[in-house]
Amino acid sequence: MSEAIKQPVSPEGIIQMQGVNKWYGQFHVLKDINLNVKQGERIVLCGPSGSGKSTTIRCLNRLEEHQQGRIVVDGVELTNDLKQIEAIRREVGMVFQHFNLFPHLTILQNCTLAPMWVRKMPKRKAEEIAMHYLERVRIPEQAHKFPGQLSGGQQQRVAIARALCMKPKIMLFDEPTSALDPEMVKEVLDTMIGLAEDGMTMLCVTHEMGFARTVANRVIFMDKGEIVEQAAPNDFFDNPQNERTQLFLSQILH
Amino acid sequence: MTTHTFKPDMPPPNKVFGPMAWMRANLFSSWLNTLLTLFAFYLIYLVVPPILHWAILDANWVGTTRADCTKEGACWVFIQQRFGQFMYGYYPGDLRWRVDLTVWLAIVGVAPLFISRFQRKAIYGLSFLVLYPIIAYFLLHGGIFGLTNVPTNRWGGLMLTLVIATVGIAGALPLGIVLALGRRSNMPAIRVICVTFIEFWRGVPLITVLFMSSVMLPLFLPEGMGIDKLLRALIGVILFQSAYVAEVVRGGLQAIPKGQYEAAAAMGLGYWRSTGLVILPQALKLVIPGLVNTVIALFKDTSLVIIIGLFDLLNSVKQAAADPKWLGMATEGYVFAALVFWIFCFGMSRYSVHLERKLDTGHKR
Repeated sequence: MSEAIKQPVSPEGIIQMQGVNKWYGQFHVLKDINLNVKQGERIVLCGPSGSGKSTTIRCLNRLEEHQQGRIVVDGVELTNDLKQIEAIRREVGMVFQHFNLFPHLTILQNCTLAPMWVRKMPKRKAEEIAMHYLERVRIPEQAHKFPGQLSGGQQQRVAIARALCMKPKIMLFDEPTSALDPEMVKEVLDTMIGLAEDGMTMLCVTHEMGFARTVANRVIFMDKGEIVEQAAPNDFFDNPQNERTQLFLSQILH
Repeated sequence: MTTHTFKPDMPPPNKVFGPMAWMRANLFSSWLNTLLTLFAFYLIYLVVPPILHWAILDANWVGTTRADCTKEGACWVFIQQRFGQFMYGYYPGDLRWRVDLTVWLAIVGVAPLFISRFQRKAIYGLSFLVLYPIIAYFLLHGGIFGLTNVPTNRWGGLMLTLVIATVGIAGALPLGIVLALGRRSNMPAIRVICVTFIEFWRGVPLITVLFMSSVMLPLFLPEGMGIDKLLRALIGVILFQSAYVAEVVRGGLQAIPKGQYEAAAAMGLGYWRSTGLVILPQALKLVIPGLVNTVIALFKDTSLVIIIGLFDLLNSVKQAAADPKWLGMATEGYVFAALVFWIFCFGMSRYSVHLERKLDTGHKR
């Protein structure tokens, strides 16, 4: 078994996407995406539905395959080689819109599964780490329940803890609050803000513009598979340059 | 600021509970329903008392020969006298303790798995699965450690039924799971092989498979090379049932949302680990009813081995009823066989209900 080929992380950034293109059949979903993300940077992707923002972050851990261009994550180039892909997935945590917790496992088992089977951690150590992160997302008392017994907001916080248990260098959030009841959005966003304050590199697809304004270093607006505009949140919201951006913002910020 | 006071919860009205209310609602809710209820009672009156008289009240319970059956009802003496044959077939009488021991070993061996406090269930279960068949084989078949050899053509009765059913399931389940995974594989070659296998075995009747295994197979084998008849039947049953198991399991795999695969993959779990730790446990739980259905069907299908001259429970009964000394006892025999089959199948069905409840972590994903 050979190890993944790893190069030193480039000063350009921990994530590099160069000229990435992707098609679903005839449909061109990602058009020449160039994106560099520095360590510790917090990026919010927004845009109308079908604009390719979810696809972009899903390409970073190969849940979607790109057909052209180059993606390097944490010094590992993403190729068809399973070793490379798994090396990246070990370092990149992901949180999904629909939580995707494993319903047949308890909260604690959800959190210890990957550390035990991927990182080969002994059970006790994995449980220790899991409890640490469950305390961080403020639900250690739910550890022995099953996901179906928790509210949506609690489930999403578990999903965040589960991803953190792998001690990832990068966290990807794919619309983490879109499937939640309104009164549960805040508890999840608060958890994410806490994570940002600790210096985690984060890429987040979200429509929570308040979150983008307070947390992001950079806001990226995508439309029809292209990056249309990117800027620091204050410039982005107060002084959008592109007319597509202006239209989008006028529609979501009533 | 005003404070809203919520109304207290009140108990439901009384008249919707109790046996009278139940009868009024379910049996006599309208003229038509009252008539139907009375008619149903009349049918029960017609059917049940005669059955009771035949099977219990007027039945013959003691004796040794057909002549002892003097009363009008069923002659259970027949079952008593031929019980050994129904259970063991022509397995030699003085060696039948070996069959009993095999069954007891299974019961004692499996018991720890039902004790919830017992740790290391996985390791124990696996070693039991590996060791037990070997021990059972030598106990039943003999020919080693000074145990007299009992060739498989002397096996029969309920014992043979159980051997075919358990070996069939134990073989078909893992093979079926592998086939189901293969059918959903990304690799075209594997997919084609699995689809072909499944569609072939589902396309032929079991009776044909058994017939082919005993009549056609020897034609292809070199002269003088014989494979044991029971072994051939077992292989046929395993291959046949694995195709059904595969389709049942595939149904479960399809019900697992894509998000589960993605979450497992995103954590760095590879194909085998995400399948074994995340997908299969959920999929198999979903298809318990379907799997039990297959198991029960297989249990009952074992009677088809008559076509290759093996005598399971039902066929042992048939054989005994054809004995001139016991002419006219077929009804008793078949009722007995049906009862034994029913007890086993009903037991499996109840166990599956229990298993579903136990594994239910409730709640959708």
